[in-house]
Amino acid sequence: MIRRLVRYLDQRSGTAPLMRRSMRYLFPDHWSFLLGEVALYAFIVLVVTGTYLALFYTDGTTPVHYHGTYAPLRGQEMTAAYKSVVDLSFSVKAGLLIRQTHHWAADVFIAAIFVHLLRVFFTGAYRTPRELTYWLGVTMLMVALLEGFLGYSLVDDLLSGMGLAIGYAVVLSIPFVGANLAELIWGGPFPGGQSFFARMYILHVFLIPILIAVLLTAHLALVALRHHTQFRGRRQTQRKLVGLPLYPAQTPRSLGLFAAVAGVLFLLGGLVQINPIWLWGPFHTYSSTNGAQPDWYLGWLIGALRLVPGWDFTIGHYTVVPNPFWGGAAFPLVVFGFLYLWPWLERRFGGDVAYHNLLDRPRDAAWRSAIGMGILTWTSFVFFAGASDRVDVLFGLSYSAQIRAYRVLVWVLPIVVGAITYRVCIELRRGELVQGERKRAEAEARAARGPA
Amino acid sequence: MARARDVVLSALLLFVGRPRPPRVRRGDYERIIPERPPDAGGELLAIALFAASALCAIAFVAFYALDRLPNQTQLLGGSLGLSFCFLAAGLIVTGRRVIVTEQLEHDYPAEEHREDQETVARIVEESGDRVTRRRFFKLALFGAGGALGVALITPAASLGPFLDVDPFYATPWRRGRRLVDESGRPYRADDIEVADFYTAFPEGADEENIASPVVLVRLAKDQLALPAALARYPADGIVGYSKICTHAGCALSLYRTPLFSPVEPGPALVCPCHYSTFNVADGGTVEFGPAGRKLPMLPLAIDRHGYLRAAGNFDEPVGPSWWGVRDRKPTS
Repeated sequence: MIRRLVRYLDQRSGTAPLMRRSMRYLFPDHWSFLLGEVALYAFIVLVVTGTYLALFYTDGTTPVHYHGTYAPLRGQEMTAAYKSVVDLSFSVKAGLLIRQTHHWAADVFIAAIFVHLLRVFFTGAYRTPRELTYWLGVTMLMVALLEGFLGYSLVDDLLSGMGLAIGYAVVLSIPFVGANLAELIWGGPFPGGQSFFARMYILHVFLIPILIAVLLTAHLALVALRHHTQFRGRRQTQRKLVGLPLYPAQTPRSLGLFAAVAGVLFLLGGLVQINPIWLWGPFHTYSSTNGAQPDWYLGWLIGALRLVPGWDFTIGHYTVVPNPFWGGAAFPLVVFGFLYLWPWLERRFGGDVAYHNLLDRPRDAAWRSAIGMGILTWTSFVFFAGASDRVDVLFGLSYSAQIRAYRVLVWVLPIVVGAITYRVCIELRRGELVQGERKRAEAEARAARGPA
Repeated sequence: MARARDVVLSALLLFVGRPRPPRVRRGDYERIIPERPPDAGGELLAIALFAASALCAIAFVAFYALDRLPNQTQLLGGSLGLSFCFLAAGLIVTGRRVIVTEQLEHDYPAEEHREDQETVARIVEESGDRVTRRRFFKLALFGAGGALGVALITPAASLGPFLDVDPFYATPWRRGRRLVDESGRPYRADDIEVADFYTAFPEGADEENIASPVVLVRLAKDQLALPAALARYPADGIVGYSKICTHAGCALSLYRTPLFSPVEPGPALVCPCHYSTFNVADGGTVEFGPAGRKLPMLPLAIDRHGYLRAAGNFDEPVGPSWWGVRDRKPTS
């Protein structure tokens, strides 16, 4: 039976040699290599659940009155878009489960990419010959952030609208062209023209998912063509890759991981409430709510927007840099600029242009680890600053005092953490050297005493 | 009864009965995957986990079909999630105990292919051999491509007004327009009480236009500290400000107004997005937070029937900053 099937396929596609090689493709056996896979599986769950949601969603902005099953909203004026999502949550069987699973999957997707990026960065996996793979991955992270933002903007609840207002202000703040760009995107001043939601919709459900799928395919193809990196070992060398073959050993492991990711996401979607839009109510430009927080992956941007001191940079009557540009555009541009440039910077200033199949441990590259930890501390503390209002409410620490403290901390702490990281890496290396020498000396001493 | 007993017995046999000897081909050729003894416990565990997964999946369908169950989302999510989790556990047991785990080695692919690189480069180079006016040819080709690209992008200009920035200065406010609440009822000056705040719109205008909403608050006469240019704006202690934050365009929905001593800091409007804080007593200056411009103020008047009316347009354009926001005054 199997022979006949393989023969059939080979005769028609000539791919038996490819199949043979693919089945014996090796995966290094280390948990940290599964982080990227988690992102991939979350993406699959996103596509499947998102398709289901798209069967019920409408992008209409015409005002309608709600007369559905959720009593507190009855009689309220809202857009057709918001109403369709409320109906999806209350009147479509399994609708709320799929919607919440989709939202959780988005949060997990970006979290998995982020942790995967940390692993790749601190082990130097991006070095030659894998820079292209890395750049594709960083691009996917950036696109995924936009995709997530569009996703929760489409719902058109109160939080969506507040997020869009901020997004609009950030576009408006781009020097020299902001107003024109915002008019193009929104079709006029906020809240925009009739077609703005249609534009977000096609981006969210068609263009960006396809873009991510293309980037993802290229990313995986490059991984396969250059093969996985691996940690140094007794048998693992620059030339020899050691690992489990795709089939049979790796296949049940990967399928199992996929099922685990899907299982956890559906459990979260069913048991842990996320974004109860019926509580926020519909958006109106003249309303907002206190204590609003975005999804976690935009926390660093809200923190940055809050930290920047209050000034617009002007020359005469001309406003060169309106304030939201710093936190909403310049800050993420610097962080992503660093991520894109880093492999090149390291080659240029670190002088290491060699071909690498073996990974570093963080301690093996003290400078990289120190700079990476510095940037991570910087972005993390900007992220924490975004939660200052919650800390104020929960612990009574004055909001303005916290913001003033963060304005200093975000610049001081990265240097401190970077310096400590550098020191720790050097000490760990030194400790290893000392230990190695002692072992060698002991072995020599034993050898000198002879086979007593 | 007997039938049921047979079913139970055969099911038991299926699970714990003597397994058939493993299918192993031997002798005639060399194996690719190494031979290992079977792991009966692992197999049985995997089978049990797959069965649990199937049961949960069936439960999902049942929960979906039973209309009257409470907490349907929880039951559906729990059953589907558990089904996937049992499947995951079964697959991982399969991977670790049932299927042979081989640690293989092979060589990394060649770092580069010098000969092929050379061939590719030469094919490209030699392909252009016959061109004599090389520069001119390139210019023409890229010129065509570039012009065509611009042509194809041109329709994108239809997405918005693009060059016309007048809409950013336009507001629906003009002298004499009455202030109404969300349902269209006109505000009387007496409606506005101290220590509360009210959202008002221009009568008959689009409420969603960000230049529409205004916050009204009443201050005691001695609290007001307006600069000379704005001194004529309040009406009987009532001041009106654009409700849209000049930082990022959220609606100002917090009014900080200390009612007992210490009454410092004084009354202010606060934006819940990034906590820009605007002093309402001195014309809307920024007290704290990231806003880069003061809050636009609307001049107010009380007509002879006691209704609140606009006495003109805002003193500054409304909404978040952009390159031309300080260029002109708002237009009606």
